Amino acid sequence: MFKDTEHLIRLAAVLILAVVAFVALRAAVVPKSFGQYGHYRANAIGEIAARPVAHAGHEVCEGCHTDVVDQKKLGRHIVVPCEACHGAQAKHTDDPATIKPPKLDTAVVCSRCHEANSAKPKAFPQVVTADHAQGLACDTCHQPHRPKIEENKTEEAAASKPAVKSATGGKK
Amino acid sequence: MQIPVEGFMYPNEVELQWSVLIVLYPFITGLVAGAFILASLERVFRVRAVKPTYRLALLTALAFLLVAPLPLQLHLGHPERSFEMYLTPHRSSAMAMFGFVYLWYLMAVLLLEIWLDYRRDIVLKAQSTSGLTRVVYRALTLGSSNISDRSLSIDDRVGYVITLIGIPSAFLLHGYVGFIFGSVKANPWWSSPLMPIVFIFSAMVSGIAAVMLLYMASTKLRGKEIDIRCVDVIAQYLFYTFVIDFSLEMVDLLQRIYEADESFRSLDFMVHTRLWTSQVIIQILLGTVTPIVMLGLTQVVKMSEAARKRIYAIAGSLTVVGIFAMRWNVVIGGQLFSKSFLGYTTYKMGFATREGLLTAIVLMLLPFAILWVLVKLLPPWPDATSHASGTVPAHGTT
Amino acid sequence: MEITRRRLLVLLPAAAVAWKYIQAGTPEASPNYKLSEHWWGMLIDIPKCIGCGSCVRACSAENDVPDGYFRTWIERYHVPDWAIERPEVESPNGGKDGFPPNQSTGKNFFVPKLCNHCADSPCTQVCPVGATFVSPDGVVLVDKNYCLGCRYCVQACPYGCRFINPKTNTAEKCTLCYHRITKGLTTACAEVCPTGARQLADLKNPSDPIHEFLKTHSVQVLKPHMATGAKVFYNGMDGSVR
Repeated sequence: MFKDTEHLIRLAAVLILAVVAFVALRAAVVPKSFGQYGHYRANAIGEIAARPVAHAGHEVCEGCHTDVVDQKKLGRHIVVPCEACHGAQAKHTDDPATIKPPKLDTAVVCSRCHEANSAKPKAFPQVVTADHAQGLACDTCHQPHRPKIEENKTEEAAASKPAVKSATGGKK
Repeated sequence: MQIPVEGFMYPNEVELQWSVLIVLYPFITGLVAGAFILASLERVFRVRAVKPTYRLALLTALAFLLVAPLPLQLHLGHPERSFEMYLTPHRSSAMAMFGFVYLWYLMAVLLLEIWLDYRRDIVLKAQSTSGLTRVVYRALTLGSSNISDRSLSIDDRVGYVITLIGIPSAFLLHGYVGFIFGSVKANPWWSSPLMPIVFIFSAMVSGIAAVMLLYMASTKLRGKEIDIRCVDVIAQYLFYTFVIDFSLEMVDLLQRIYEADESFRSLDFMVHTRLWTSQVIIQILLGTVTPIVMLGLTQVVKMSEAARKRIYAIAGSLTVVGIFAMRWNVVIGGQLFSKSFLGYTTYKMGFATREGLLTAIVLMLLPFAILWVLVKLLPPWPDATSHASGTVPAHGTT
Repeated sequence: MEITRRRLLVLLPAAAVAWKYIQAGTPEASPNYKLSEHWWGMLIDIPKCIGCGSCVRACSAENDVPDGYFRTWIERYHVPDWAIERPEVESPNGGKDGFPPNQSTGKNFFVPKLCNHCADSPCTQVCPVGATFVSPDGVVLVDKNYCLGCRYCVQACPYGCRFINPKTNTAEKCTLCYHRITKGLTTACAEVCPTGARQLADLKNPSDPIHEFLKTHSVQVLKPHMATGAKVFYNGMDGSVR
């Protein structure tokens, strides 16, 4: 009887061998932390969390730039985080002497928030830059950290600062 | 990445994720499942007429099944990690479970059935050839040269059981591919309980048509006479399966049109514009209605053998093209509209790129090259094998 | 202990195996951070959003997001009359450079979008290998050393927040700045938002103001019919939002 099923027994042996080899391979190759919290490599959590931070956070900026904070406290931009305009500055806060944030083109930076758009809340201060600024950069008249111009100082402010033509004409 | 977008798409949706290679994949596995079902018609359901295509159908299924993983590998961002699907399969993922369904089908069903059916020929060839060919045949015998009547009859019975298991396995194989799409609730073009069923029936249609065409072409190439009774019966099965497939697709379509849920307007617009040629013209008119009408005609009108053969060849070819178009419309179509239902993008298919048209063409030609090798190694022709001495088992070589 | 050749033959392989374990890293997010004490989400206050795009730029800088792909983006909605089912939406470069001037009438507003860190996430359900997962503290993350790049998760996300990073060829999306929140910082987008429209929320921390907010405001999640367990809550969201 066995003689006539010998080929099937050989086949079964080959299959069993393959399964055993697979199980052994699996034990060797599957990452050790796999399955610790769920069906994934638990070490990935630590790897993802270990990424370096790029934004320092406004508290760190305020630690050194107290003069700017004093300015901001007088106006509405106190709620605007430093890096919203100045970009990610963790590199600068780590090495303030060597790495300096670049100077901003106010015509570009300011219009992102303040360009008139009907989707913005009605109460939010917004202007049509082309009509309002007439080609001038925003910081000709406005001090970015304390942007509101006191009424009787408008012309003085415009006169004292040289008219700065925006390098980009307000376009990026 | 200048892809023309109409309306609004979520920014990450503009570029298509799954390319023409992912269209190929269900098409190829569909041919496999369909070819196998045709083979099982004879083996399990005793439809004697289609016997001449039995072995050819099995080899066709194998040739296509071997190529099936290739489009996937070429598509993956990290093909070198693909074995992770077997090492740590995520049980809730249809794609992961499919890896095992594929493996099961390949090993436990197809290879086993072919081996058992051909074993006698393999042993004889191992004894009669020399050189490298002999080494190959000897390896295939697994070291056993017993081809006594009793061992062959055991093979026959085991083979019957395997085919019996193989039929639901073939349904599972391609039904699963349908489920991979049908279970994605985020995509209303795909999400449907009908998807696995539609995929199974369209697979059967494409597989039956493909084997019929291959049988007719290879018989003519070999200068032999086509068994008209065989192709008549195959065409009949093709016709009725096609009617079921078409009905299922129409049911889905009519339901969508009637219910007209939030996605309907967007999908309707997509079909009328971006998918007009591939869906309405190629898939429905040329690829489904025309072959059904042609095959239906052969069922009701008396025609000469020559006319019937011509109709079968044309209808069969249109069918295969139509089912390919169906896969295209499902995979590509499902990515052309935005999940916001407010916009449409365009599929930019490369040519000589990793997922381009040239790659797709080569991958479609490859199974034929493999089939050619298989046919040389294990000739499936009814007249090519020698007769067994003594009693011939109920099933096996003619 | 004297280093003899025999001892070295034993020590070296042992050291190599130990080094592999060390290199393999540890699953803890950071010292003093307990995974079980947090369940992260976010609150988006739509009436406050001014579409300035600071969040998109900050996210891009914080996470090295490749050009043309977005871990977060802003959509601008214009709803003509009562046509809630037919809004006009745009998102030029994801809102990264803000929005061009627009004076259209009707109902207009901005909607910031990001990964919703779904508790019943469909993207993790379909991942074939377990490369994307919901962490014990409720953040949906991608293990880019394990991901195959099959793109099934990108297809399965109803919100369009995933993409394939062309440099790593793996799936990527918002991580809720996991590397920041596990260090007691807030997300980059919430950090820079000038109006406080985006705020990180710890749903497990009773002293987080979001608990009070959720009790006193009408909030929604995106596509609730998908039952994804989304944890990004939108205050003041119009019915036209997709």
